[in-house]
Amino acid sequence: MGTLVGVDVGGTFTDVVVLDETRGNLQIGKVGTTPDDQSIGFITALDGLRVSYPDIDLVTHGTTVATNAVLERDGGRCGLIATRGFRDILELRRRDRPHMYGLTGSFEPLIPRDRRLEVTERIAAEGTVLTPLCEEEVLEAGRLLLAQWAEAIVVSFMNSYANPAHELRAKEILQAEWPHLYVVTSSETLPVFREFERTSTAVVNAYVQPNVGQYLEQLEERLSERGYGSDLFIMQSNGGMMSAASVRNLPLNTVLSGPAAGVIAATRIAAESGFSNLITYDMGGTSLDVSLVQEGKPLPSSGMDLEFGIPLMVSMIDIHTIGAGGGSIARIDQGGLLQVGPQSAGAEPGPVCYGKNGAAPTLTDANLILGRINSNYPIAGVAGDKFDVAGARSVITETIGKPLGLSTEQAAQAIVTVANNRIAGSLRRVSIDKGHDPREFALFSFGGSGPLHVGYLLRELSIGQGIVPYYPGIASAWGCVIADRQHDFVTMQNCLLSELDLAAVEQIFADHLAVGEEMLAGENVPLERVTVVREADISYEGQTHVIRTALPAGRLSHENIAASFRSAYLQHYGRVEEGFSGLEELLAQIPIRLLNLRTAVIGVRTDVRLKDFVRAPETTLAEARKEERKVFVDDGFLTCPVFDRAKLPWDAVLSGPALIEQPDTTIWLEPWCRATVAEGGSLLVEVT
Amino acid sequence: MALDPITLAVIRGGLEQIADEMDATLERMAFSPVISDGFDRASGIYHVRDGEVIMQGPRGLPNFICVMEFTVRSVIERVKDIADGDVYIVNDPYLGGTHLMDVKMVRPFFYKGKLTAFLANSGHWPDIGGRVPGGFSTRATEIYQEGLRLPPVRIMDKGKLNQDVLDIILHNVRVSAERQGDIIAKITALNLGADRLTKLLDRYGEATVFEAVDEMKARSERLMRSHIETIPDGTYEFTDYIDSDGVEWEPLELKLKLTVSGSEVHVDFSESSPPCRGPLNSVFSTTLAGVFITFKHIFPDVPINAGCFVPIKVNIPTTTFLHAQPPRPVAGCAAEVCQRVIDVMLGALSQAIPDHAYAAPMGTVTNLSVGGENPGKGYYVFYSFIGGGYGGNFLTDGLINGNPTIAVARTQALEIFEFRYPVLFNRYTIREGSGGAGKRRGGYGVIFEFQIRDGNASASLLGERGRFAPFGILGGQSAQSAEHVFTLRGEEYRPEHVTKDENVHMEPGDVLSLRTPGGGGFGDPFERPVELVLQDVRRGYYDRATALREYGVRIQPDAWVVDVDSTRMLRRRQRS
Repeated sequence: MGTLVGVDVGGTFTDVVVLDETRGNLQIGKVGTTPDDQSIGFITALDGLRVSYPDIDLVTHGTTVATNAVLERDGGRCGLIATRGFRDILELRRRDRPHMYGLTGSFEPLIPRDRRLEVTERIAAEGTVLTPLCEEEVLEAGRLLLAQWAEAIVVSFMNSYANPAHELRAKEILQAEWPHLYVVTSSETLPVFREFERTSTAVVNAYVQPNVGQYLEQLEERLSERGYGSDLFIMQSNGGMMSAASVRNLPLNTVLSGPAAGVIAATRIAAESGFSNLITYDMGGTSLDVSLVQEGKPLPSSGMDLEFGIPLMVSMIDIHTIGAGGGSIARIDQGGLLQVGPQSAGAEPGPVCYGKNGAAPTLTDANLILGRINSNYPIAGVAGDKFDVAGARSVITETIGKPLGLSTEQAAQAIVTVANNRIAGSLRRVSIDKGHDPREFALFSFGGSGPLHVGYLLRELSIGQGIVPYYPGIASAWGCVIADRQHDFVTMQNCLLSELDLAAVEQIFADHLAVGEEMLAGENVPLERVTVVREADISYEGQTHVIRTALPAGRLSHENIAASFRSAYLQHYGRVEEGFSGLEELLAQIPIRLLNLRTAVIGVRTDVRLKDFVRAPETTLAEARKEERKVFVDDGFLTCPVFDRAKLPWDAVLSGPALIEQPDTTIWLEPWCRATVAEGGSLLVEVT
Repeated sequence: MALDPITLAVIRGGLEQIADEMDATLERMAFSPVISDGFDRASGIYHVRDGEVIMQGPRGLPNFICVMEFTVRSVIERVKDIADGDVYIVNDPYLGGTHLMDVKMVRPFFYKGKLTAFLANSGHWPDIGGRVPGGFSTRATEIYQEGLRLPPVRIMDKGKLNQDVLDIILHNVRVSAERQGDIIAKITALNLGADRLTKLLDRYGEATVFEAVDEMKARSERLMRSHIETIPDGTYEFTDYIDSDGVEWEPLELKLKLTVSGSEVHVDFSESSPPCRGPLNSVFSTTLAGVFITFKHIFPDVPINAGCFVPIKVNIPTTTFLHAQPPRPVAGCAAEVCQRVIDVMLGALSQAIPDHAYAAPMGTVTNLSVGGENPGKGYYVFYSFIGGGYGGNFLTDGLINGNPTIAVARTQALEIFEFRYPVLFNRYTIREGSGGAGKRRGGYGVIFEFQIRDGNASASLLGERGRFAPFGILGGQSAQSAEHVFTLRGEEYRPEHVTKDENVHMEPGDVLSLRTPGGGGFGDPFERPVELVLQDVRRGYYDRATALREYGVRIQPDAWVVDVDSTRMLRRRQRS
């Protein structure tokens, strides 16, 4: 029991949660993000709450510093040492282009060619040394790179996944000469094949390290100045937290820090109401993050492209992001079709109704005109104390209504419908696309803009149940507070399943566990227990795309691994057989290949439930009803009741159309929806 | 009743998603690395009336942009008793295809018992039989030598796998076991599409969906016309060449006369060379694809459906090698000739709209296929393609190591090659100096060099741009042309047709070094900012002598410092 703090710094807002477990007290706060130095907004948000720094037991943080360093090309000055003949791997990519249509655009790798040097060495695919490492050349390359002011050096050799000896030796040589030099090897970062992806991942790690390192240093300093005496923890993209000290060496694990925290919050809050299969969507001002949770576990992914030509292959929660949020801009394309997003008005100038000279109509403007957003009630004071409704109306009328021959309200409705369909499309993509039937999931809706759309999405996707948590706008900060600790490991095998050495596999898993447990032990956070997830990347022989397959508990055999794979395969591509005969037998004849072994070592913390910290209000449903407002639905205005969320009693049932307001968001209950207030305040929405 | 714009947008999004999901399923289930890792595949939904494309997946291979329309049409024309549960397999280039390696499947889609649409996909197989592993024979003189040729035949017959057809196919292609997996992937993707399309029709009604389809076509046409109207009226001519047909050492001429008149374009290739003996002929559908892809590259926002091609009229007579007839060999059509079609289109359009102009991209895929015996492991075939530089353009320098204008395929990781096949790479680097000089310079090609480690192998190469380099525009220089060199038993060997050869016998230690072209330069190189020239030289893209000669920039021999006065004089002298 103690005081736990979670802080999530997003693109627009910095959110904070302070949980005092002893007193059963929960505080939340929200301030504008300070992009130049995120630690200022961080501290401002925390200072704004009643909190005594020396009494805080644990601070956990979701950050975008690593991602921003890459996207803004603001990272460290690095050098690369490669196998002779292969220094350009990083710049050649996999032979592609930025856009499918249109032949413009060029590519700037994170390390330019004049800081990429080659040394003599060569290892074969099976790991044998074909040409020994020339150690003098390593030293000379180090000298040349340092003369060019390199702050960090990446060593990436061909086939180092099969035998890392040369990379490790090169690192040893460099560090013996320059003990403070930051050296990253590709084989220690990602010991699997594909030279470009492995090199890129190692380079990203080195590139973002100075930014992340400096930021954490500043943050720790500010916290300790104020009397915080414990370690700072950072959310990783895999949904587990890691100490700031470890993150300094592995900053590449933090690219999806905040969104991952959101998925963790969704998973746990939904579990409080008994839901374990979820499609989650977090919709804020500019982007929509969608993910899928199955049996209480977020779906994992093995990597992503940070942008064109910059893949990053680390274990992370599978989060699909598109440009769709309250700030998404509506426009009519040259073909006369209405489009919403992916361009966004962002925080500046923001939607027209913010009154900050925004000239392009946005989704928020449309929701405002339809009456779904309270014009007197801007979130976190972004638009002073009142929205500019007249401005929003006039822009939507001129740019969308008139060209399409629609009234202002019809035009606003069209914008919302098109946006809803884009959101629905991306929800389908994470579910149907991967073989999941959305009807078997509950829809978890959060983020400042998310709950305005929940009713439409439920009907569009035929999902039976929607969940809107008590604090939709600060879910990621809550995720930071409750996250477990997690360390992931991967070891490549790449052999036919029939030839897999099971004893060696057990040893690899045991080694993963030992290192993981050691990392957990080294960090001072009380744990309830340690759990282990064992997975393997498996495919049919000859396929490129693997299926990440959960391995059975207990003793592994060739047979039970094959059975796990086949059932996972059918889960992914369930239509192999459907209506067509003979295909599955063909598949059964093809041998199976096991590519990688993966372990997640999870330090499970004592479960903290949001609902234990939300007190049941002593008001009645009638008292929660604060006013009525006209909302435009299906070509006409309906008079809808408006409720104050904080006053809704447990078990209250509301029928749509209705609006429910709270400081961090608004929930729009469509006419076909009904909502029940669960114990702890989560709103359970159903289609009637 | 006119369809409201919102329903239209929703249905359009729904159809696009179906095609996209079919692509995703095919790509992930495929065994051919060319499909799964190279994205050499496409999926779409086609009109029941005439096979017109209704929707094609947004991530589908551009080369198939209109080709599959012809494939579906050949099914409509040739197949009797089309039944629910049938799937037809077809790869005949002359029945709406590309090269034989692109194997298409077409599934008739029945809704409430009535034939309502066709679903189709295409994906490249690493081998299709024929005289060389990989299918890229350079000396074939008849299509019969190029591989197994399938008119539309039933691979699935009313929901049942047709074992007879499957057996014929598997007995005629190399490494056939993996092709079973590709067949499953393609059929599964079509099944998925059928399921999704049924749901869409259930939801919105058949009449509404097809009203939306008509409206989408009309809008694409309008949009394309509005773009064409921005091109000044006039006739623009451009000529470029194919090195040779692989059999005779004679260039083939692509002579384009492009006439813009109001909202229509007339593309006339009638003065081009006659059909050739070797495999560098093109079939009509592939030539047409090149024309259409060019417009998509120039105006990327036009959604692909039959409407966007209405304002584009073509004259590509059968007297030219761009509209060959059976049994001419055509292995080079999709990969090579189609790119040259795009190059000459870009060349002509660059005169018309310099503010959208591109210098020529590398213009070749450099198709490499190697087959051999891996001692102790069995027979193997691998197919690869190698990138090159893009042309400098109105916005940016040309991209280094781009994929071809007709494709979105990526190359495989070298480590995967080395793991699977007995080869060892010597280098994979930027080919310095290969991009054309210009105010915005061309991108660079690559040097892709490997040796055979074990066992004997047989290598075939079908490339281009060994004789006629990618051109620069508006004062930009042309790029370096391709140069491919074998080292066989210690002796250097250069193919007679420079970029084309077949079944070259390679033994352990033998080396093949492929050096691909860069892209052409855009604008006067003397206008390239001095600091960018200095940066290029620092990065080793070209040397000091080139900077001096082509860019008029003198860099001090022993320091990264520009000699400002000398540079100013050089550049002024050039102007006057």
